Amino acid sequence: MSALNQPGVERAIVLDRLEKSFAGEFSPALLPLSMVIRPGGVTGLVGPDGAGKTTLMRILAGLLEPSGGRVSVAGLDPLTRKAGLRAILGYMPQRFGLYEDLTVQQNLDLYASLRAVEGQERQEAFRRLLRFTGLTSFTGRLAGKLSGGMKQKLGLACSLLGHPQVLLLDEPGVGVDPISRRELWGMVHELAGEGLLILWSTSYLDEAEQCREVLLLNQGRLLYSGEPRALSRSMEGRCFLLRSRAGNKRALPQKALSMPQVSDCVIQGDHLRLILRRDASGASGADTLEALGFSPGDMLPATPRFEDAFIDLLGGVPARRPVLANLMARPVSGDTAPVIEAVSLTKAFGNFTAADHVDFAVRRGEIFGLLGPNGAGKSTTFKMMCGLLRPSSGKALVLGMDLQKHPAGVRERIGYMAQKFSLYGGLSVMQNLIFFSGVYGLSGREQAARVDEMIETFGLKPLLGQQTELLPLGFKQRLALACALMHRPDILFLDEPTSGVDPLTRREFWMHINGMVEKGVTVMVTTHFMDEAEYCDRIGLVYQGRIIAAGPPDTLKERAGTTSRPCPGMEDAFIRLVEEYDEKSDAA
Amino acid sequence: MRKAMRPEGFSRGRLLALCRKEFFQIIRDPGSVLIAFVIPLILMVVYGYGINFDSGALRVGIVLEDAGPQARRLAYAFSASGFIEARVSDRRAELDELMQAGKLRGLVVIPADFSRRLAGGEKISLQVIADGSEPNTANFVHGYVQGVLRVWRENLARDLGIEPRNLFNINVNCWFNRDMVSRNFIMPGAITIIITVVGAILTSLVIAREWERGTMEALLSTQVTRAEFLLSKLIPYYFLGMFALVVCLFFSVAVFQVPFRGSVIVLFGLSTLFMANTLGMGLLISTIMRNQFNAAQVALVSAFLPSIMLSGFVFEIDSMPLAVRAITYVIPARYYVSAMHTLFLAGNVSFVLLSNAAFLLATGALFIGLAALKTKIGLE
Repeated sequence: MSALNQPGVERAIVLDRLEKSFAGEFSPALLPLSMVIRPGGVTGLVGPDGAGKTTLMRILAGLLEPSGGRVSVAGLDPLTRKAGLRAILGYMPQRFGLYEDLTVQQNLDLYASLRAVEGQERQEAFRRLLRFTGLTSFTGRLAGKLSGGMKQKLGLACSLLGHPQVLLLDEPGVGVDPISRRELWGMVHELAGEGLLILWSTSYLDEAEQCREVLLLNQGRLLYSGEPRALSRSMEGRCFLLRSRAGNKRALPQKALSMPQVSDCVIQGDHLRLILRRDASGASGADTLEALGFSPGDMLPATPRFEDAFIDLLGGVPARRPVLANLMARPVSGDTAPVIEAVSLTKAFGNFTAADHVDFAVRRGEIFGLLGPNGAGKSTTFKMMCGLLRPSSGKALVLGMDLQKHPAGVRERIGYMAQKFSLYGGLSVMQNLIFFSGVYGLSGREQAARVDEMIETFGLKPLLGQQTELLPLGFKQRLALACALMHRPDILFLDEPTSGVDPLTRREFWMHINGMVEKGVTVMVTTHFMDEAEYCDRIGLVYQGRIIAAGPPDTLKERAGTTSRPCPGMEDAFIRLVEEYDEKSDAA
Repeated sequence: MRKAMRPEGFSRGRLLALCRKEFFQIIRDPGSVLIAFVIPLILMVVYGYGINFDSGALRVGIVLEDAGPQARRLAYAFSASGFIEARVSDRRAELDELMQAGKLRGLVVIPADFSRRLAGGEKISLQVIADGSEPNTANFVHGYVQGVLRVWRENLARDLGIEPRNLFNINVNCWFNRDMVSRNFIMPGAITIIITVVGAILTSLVIAREWERGTMEALLSTQVTRAEFLLSKLIPYYFLGMFALVVCLFFSVAVFQVPFRGSVIVLFGLSTLFMANTLGMGLLISTIMRNQFNAAQVALVSAFLPSIMLSGFVFEIDSMPLAVRAITYVIPARYYVSAMHTLFLAGNVSFVLLSNAAFLLATGALFIGLAALKTKIGLE
């Protein structure tokens, strides 16, 4: 019996062998997918970038035509019953789909008219939605001037006009600070409770745990569908935290991953998070510990996370050797002078202070992270540190020198990888490699040798002739890193290096970085991604242009711990510390 | 399910809401004002007083009313100049005819008392007549004639062993546009440019912007129909173009005192037709490009530059090579420039205006039809 004929489909989303491929792309965007998504709860569409989430959303909204199979949204075919579907559909596209040059009220007015919400009903809807989203006192503000969180709330409000039955939210959590994200989730759960069908897509695996059901997608393939807890539960007894005593925590994950019984091993603050494969018995757990030089007392059971299950579903992290680090070997000098230092660094744009007296120092061989939501000021600080932006006051020093004043000598020791990867999309992979090696002043035999090294290290050989623009995100990231390392820098600036990248690629990326740090390379990274912060030795929490707390990740988590939640996650810690800061500044 | 039952169809309320949104965006975007008003005004000045790129020899008739040797020598000096293709005759009427037929761009009259005055050391009055319908051509005739005279004068002084002195009183007369006010030609042409800019460039940018910023995707997920969407782009920019037209008209007539001899109603009717052309082009470009940068480039090359160069605004269509002249027939601006010149300088010449209107109607229908065909309510 086809899924389309099951009872209750008139309120659900039904996919029947739905597939989609785009002309000119070598792998299909969605492999045949059959399932029923029911109303009354939030269903998570979870997966890394390129998994097919947006494609599925667009098909459901009637914006794309499937290549095969059938779809029904609340009993309507999105292609043939467009008008009917759109009357009951609220769709929030991935990018902020509202007019930034209109005010909050003008955007609401537009969408109310487009959805034929008029008269008395209209004023009531505005009152209700503004109160619901907390935007009542911002109606006159231009949408473009709202914070990331407020933009998403406005988007939600606009898509809720006209009482939709189905709500499609494409990555509403992107660019939203953790506090607003929590509020958004609260709103969505409330709506689901009223009987709406809500599909929330996300590349943050931790958001999966908020959903009643999840569809876990990877490269167009459905890995799992069902309750997120059921998936996490399947990991119980296989997740551990190891307290690392020696200073060699960076080398341990590689060692652990080379063992057949280990599915995943990542650095988590001062600990190692170790995940064993399903077939690994208790005895092999103890063996693993012993082989890694730990005693049973060092091992604590850990609460399984959705990401652990995701990695496990993909068959675990393949063992690879960080050959890159061997190429990057530089003598580690014994000095303890800071390599990167911000002294009362301030940047004001007009009367807005983007960075406000920021102080920190990074020592050789250390990974320092700036963690904060979009718009907190971390990019501004970061740009001043690499000499891309002139500070209003204070100093940004690299190797004790001001990049604005003595750029030449310092710059050749810096590697910079931007969030958008700054590759030339129109050039092939090989042309990018040659271009960047040339930019860093390499030529002749030396240039050829370095380019070959990078091709070897990052496994780029099969891709050399490909146009860079068309590469999957993970390969773009590898190439960007290769280009940034061509001149063997010993200081690395990484701007949001792994946002949106799938967990396996992220692990590979950090394996390279950790290998280099072992050899004395210094890394400064910005991220809004809580997990990424765990890889850092120390982090600074950036909020409203200031560093409101700094220290090792574990210390920050401990500071935020309460008696009821003694061991919070990074996100809880972040929220707790921001709230503390707000209370203090309110009191002052 | 109440709303799901509503049939798909045109909704005035939605159209009005979209138009209102467009209006807010226009007034809030300083770029729109810049593109619609400031840049055209600058271009008006630049192209109006700029250079003529016509590098060929200028055809000038020399009326030789004096048969003396010095007068013949002067006539020969004109013939020998590389810049002037001289046609010398002692019968004025013959040259006048050629001038009226557009075969000559200017006339120089060497008067009957030339030899006598030269011998007596008196000033000689030299009449120069230029075709004023092309301001730049008139300037060239004047300039070249003066150049030839200067050379001739210097040669004469050297031959006689005296200091060269100014021998001539040059009287420049312009036919057809007696005051030779180039503004009279530039203003009607500039209105063409402004409507092209508002219609094609601005419109192509605004739709491409909707694609770029992702607002299109949000709009597409509502019940907005293709007709509503297209009209919501046509109507506000039509009014913006008409507003620009009124401003230009005011400046032309009240400030620069360009005569306006036609009917205002006919002017608005023709402008509406031309506006439909440029809006259609703008819609078509942005629908295909979906990217502001590319849309601007294409609009510049396919709509804006032809409006300037192939419309008869700056360069005479009659003096273009045949192949280029053939292309001008599909440039809507050509018909509009012709109609504008007629309306401003000649009045309601119904034959000219009607044929121009017919062509504008045809090209306008073509562009808007193509735009409607290419606009898909979907992402692929």
